[in-house]
Amino acid sequence: MNTQIRPAPVRRSIFVKVPPDRAFDVFTNGIGQWWPKTHKIGPADLDRPIIEPREGGRWYERDVDGSECEIGKVAAWDPPARVVLIWQLTPEFTYDPNLITEVEVLFTPEGDGTRVDLEHRDLERMGDKADAMRETVSGPGGWPALLQLFADEAAK
Amino acid sequence: MANTARLISALADPTRRAVLEKLKDGPRPVGEIAQGLPVTRPAVSQHLKVLKEAGLVSDRSVGTRRIYYIDPKGLGAMRAWLDQFWGTALDSFKLAAEAEAEKFKKKDGE
Repeated sequence: MNTQIRPAPVRRSIFVKVPPDRAFDVFTNGIGQWWPKTHKIGPADLDRPIIEPREGGRWYERDVDGSECEIGKVAAWDPPARVVLIWQLTPEFTYDPNLITEVEVLFTPEGDGTRVDLEHRDLERMGDKADAMRETVSGPGGWPALLQLFADEAAK
Repeated sequence: MANTARLISALADPTRRAVLEKLKDGPRPVGEIAQGLPVTRPAVSQHLKVLKEAGLVSDRSVGTRRIYYIDPKGLGAMRAWLDQFWGTALDSFKLAAEAEAEKFKKKDGE
């Protein structure tokens, strides 16, 4: 009956003043230029994440000491319109080969630039990892305000 | 902030807050949740659906019944975190993409 209900995906859009082919290139090949350095998996400092430019390619991070850690895979590679990445990181930012969530990014020409629409879906698959998330979101850089709001509401 | 808005709007409804309150002391089936509430059982199911989509409530099957339970720091929090993560990442991506474009423009102009 209620088995069809799924949590809504995370959706984010942004407009960039460059054509789709450049936006696609910076998003994928240039991921090292914009990925937050604080979000890394390995113990060493992050050099940069790398997305292999093909369907079935790896998505991984390279650290300054040369070590590599998997982030996920490339599920679809359709430049300059679309890329689908498989995100296999738990809420604790560790790689789990059994966790498969999709991040689809669409690059659509708009005016003098490109609209970039990102959707991170299948989040219910992270459900059994939710406890771990408690630590992540309550830590520095997390988002305690919403939790507090909810806790206050729930406690009323 | 779309997901934040969804969470807040899920909590803004007084009946939904009452439904959450019913779950505060432990998992319950929809029939028990509906008891004492001034709305019909289908309405309660609808509210549970909204709460579930916002990641605030989860459910599981026990025999033929479906049991709902509060998930205060589960998916809702995780999604809020991812929402924030991607928001920051895309802002940073925009800066990188447009800085690149500036560089190319300058080169072309020379």
